[in-house]
Amino acid sequence: MEKILEVNNLHVSFDTFAGEVQAVRGVNFHLNKGETLAIVGESGSGKSVTSKAVMRLIPNPPGRIKEGEIKFGDRDLAQLSEKEMQKIRGSEISMIFQDPMTSLNPTMTIGKQIMEGLVKHQNMSKSEAKERAIELLKLVGIPNAEGRVNEFPHQFSGGMRQRVVIAIALACNPRVLIADEPTTALDVTIQAQILELLNDLQEKMGTSIIFITHDLGVVANIADRVAVMYAGKIVETGTVDEIFYNPQHPYTWGLLGSMPSLDSTDEELIAIPGSPPDLLDPPKGDAFAPRNPYAMKIDTEMEPPLFKISDTHYAATWLLHEKAPKVEPPAAIKKRMQGMAPSEPIIGAKDGGKNV
Amino acid sequence: MSSQEKLLEIKNLKQHFKVGKSTVKAVDGLTFDIYKGETFGLVGESGCGKSTTGRTIIRLYDATDGEVRFNGEDVHGKKSAKELKKFNQKMQMIFQDPYASLNPRMTVSDIIAEGIDIHGLATSKKARMDKVVELLETVGLNKEHANRYPHEFSGGQRQRIGIARALAVDPEFIIADEPISALDVSIQAQVVNLMKKLQREKGLTYLFIAHDLSMVKYISDRIGVMYRGQIVELAESEELYRNPLHPYTQSLLSAIPLPDPEYERSRRRKIYDPEKHLPKNGEERILREVMEGHWIACTEEEYQKYQVTV
Repeated sequence: MEKILEVNNLHVSFDTFAGEVQAVRGVNFHLNKGETLAIVGESGSGKSVTSKAVMRLIPNPPGRIKEGEIKFGDRDLAQLSEKEMQKIRGSEISMIFQDPMTSLNPTMTIGKQIMEGLVKHQNMSKSEAKERAIELLKLVGIPNAEGRVNEFPHQFSGGMRQRVVIAIALACNPRVLIADEPTTALDVTIQAQILELLNDLQEKMGTSIIFITHDLGVVANIADRVAVMYAGKIVETGTVDEIFYNPQHPYTWGLLGSMPSLDSTDEELIAIPGSPPDLLDPPKGDAFAPRNPYAMKIDTEMEPPLFKISDTHYAATWLLHEKAPKVEPPAAIKKRMQGMAPSEPIIGAKDGGKNV
Repeated sequence: MSSQEKLLEIKNLKQHFKVGKSTVKAVDGLTFDIYKGETFGLVGESGCGKSTTGRTIIRLYDATDGEVRFNGEDVHGKKSAKELKKFNQKMQMIFQDPYASLNPRMTVSDIIAEGIDIHGLATSKKARMDKVVELLETVGLNKEHANRYPHEFSGGQRQRIGIARALAVDPEFIIADEPISALDVSIQAQVVNLMKKLQREKGLTYLFIAHDLSMVKYISDRIGVMYRGQIVELAESEELYRNPLHPYTQSLLSAIPLPDPEYERSRRRKIYDPEKHLPKNGEERILREVMEGHWIACTEEEYQKYQVTV
C-alpha cells in the first residue's frame, strides 16, 4: 500500500491571552493512495485543526505548528515556505469546507472561481480553462453546465453550491482531497447525493480523501479507515469494520452508543457524561479519564500508549494492557461485536474493509 | 392511541408569508392532533415548514388561516392580554441555538426566573431563588451556576438552561425546535435522555421538531413527515420506519446513513421526484387514514390502492 501522506507527531498550539491552547497534541496518521480516511471527533477534538495544519492554513499568530512533520512525497509540508505551499494548495492537495454559503465568493461567477486554479496552477489559457470548468460542472452533476457557468453563487441551492465547491477542489486533479464536514450543513437527501458524488469521483480519479466529520453514519458510508480523535489526540484507529464492529476504546464506545440505531428498542442512550477537557490545561494521564466509567487509577497518572489490536487497528486505552482487568463493554457495543463476528473473540484481528 | 385525550388539535393551519409580490406558503393546511403525554415528532428537510409550524402554534406568528385548539380552547382567537398570559404559561418553547436564545447580559438565575416573575409564581425573593436552584438541579446543573452568565457555559449546558427556563412556569406542552442539532453527538444523548426523564416525571407533552430522523424516531411516539408545507405521512414511529408508504417518506428514510458499514454497503437510495408523482387530473391529495393510526396524503384512487396493499 502506497502512503501518500504521513503525519508524524504533529503538535499545534494557539497562543491566547489565557495561555497556550494545545489543540493538537501529538497526532500520527497516514493516508494511503486511493482510500478515504475519516477523522471523527467532537467539536474541539482537534480534527479540523489537524486538517488545516496539513494545508498549512493555521493562521500565525495565534496558531503555530509546534512540532512534527507532514510528509507528502519526499517533502515535509511543515517546513515549506508560504510560496512553496501555494504551489501545492489547490493543485496537489485541495480542501472542501463545511459551509458552501461562505466558501464561495459572492461577487464572482462560479465559472471564474473554477478557472482561477486552472489558470494559476496549470497555465491554461482562459478559453481552455472555461471549457474545463464546464466539464467539471458536468462531472459533479450540475445540469445545463454551459449556461450555469456564468451564474453567481446566490443563484444556486445549498447542495448545488457544494457541488461547485467540489468542482473547484477537483479542478487540478489533486492527489489528496481534504473534506472538512462537507455535508454537515446539508439536508439528508442532499447529503446522500454529495456522498455518492464523492464516492463516484474517487473511483474515477483515484483521489485520496481525508474526510472530517462527527456523523458516524456518514463515516460508515464513506470511510475505508477511521481515526477517532479526542482532546487533540487520536485515541483509536482502524479499518471501518474494526471501528464499528470491534471498537476497543471507551470513547469510541460512547460515541457509537450515543447514536440511536433505527431498529433500537426503547433503551436509554449511552450519553458520555461531562464535557471535553480544557486544552489550555490538558489533564495529566488519559484526557478521557474524567468521563470514562471504565477509568482505572493509572489513567489519572499516565497517558496510555497505542496498543496494537491488529496490523491496522490501534487504540490508546489502558484497558488493553495485559494486566488490566477484563471489562464488559456496554450492551449496545457488545451487540455490535457479536452481530459481526459471532465466533470470533472480542479482541482479535479481522480482515477489514473493502479496499484495505 | 385514538382513545387518548387530545391536548392539541390543529386544524387546517396555514401560514403564508408575503415576499415582494409573491406569497410563500410555508405552512399550507396542516391538520393533526397531539395527545396528552406523548412526543410528536415533526420531520422534514429545511424549508418544509416544520419550524414555522412550531412557531405558529405558539403564536410567535399569527396564523394566516386555520385553528389551533389547546385543551379545547382556541389559541388563535382574539384574546385579552390576561388570557394570553395564561396560555403562554402552559406552552413553552426550547430553541435550536443555545448561543442565540439566551440573553448574554442576564445571569442564569434571571434568565430562568423571567417567566416566574412575569407570571408571579414566586412570593418572595427566597422562594424565587429556591425555585431556580430546584430547576437547575432538575436539568443537571447546580446552584453555583445561578449567578453566572451564559458565555461561561458550553453548548450542552446552555441547552440545559434553556430547558430549565421552559420548565420554570410548569408548562404542560413544550415545543422543541431542533433542540439538539447544534450539539455534539455525546451531548445530544445527554439532552435527549434529560428530556425523556422530564417527560416521565412531569407528564409533559412534546412537539419535537428535527431533521435528524434517527433521533426523532428514538424520542417520538408518533411522527409527521412534512414536505412543502404539508404533512404527507403520519404514523406511530415504529410503524413509520417499518412501513413507510409515501414515496417521499421512503426517499427520506433511504437517505439516512447509519453507523453500520455492512448496511451502508448495501443501502440503496430511493429518489423522490415530485414531477413524477403528480396526482392524476390535478386532484388534490388529502391526508387519509389507510390503517389505524397511519395517515397518508393521497388521492381517492391511491387510497384504494394503499388499502389493498395494506
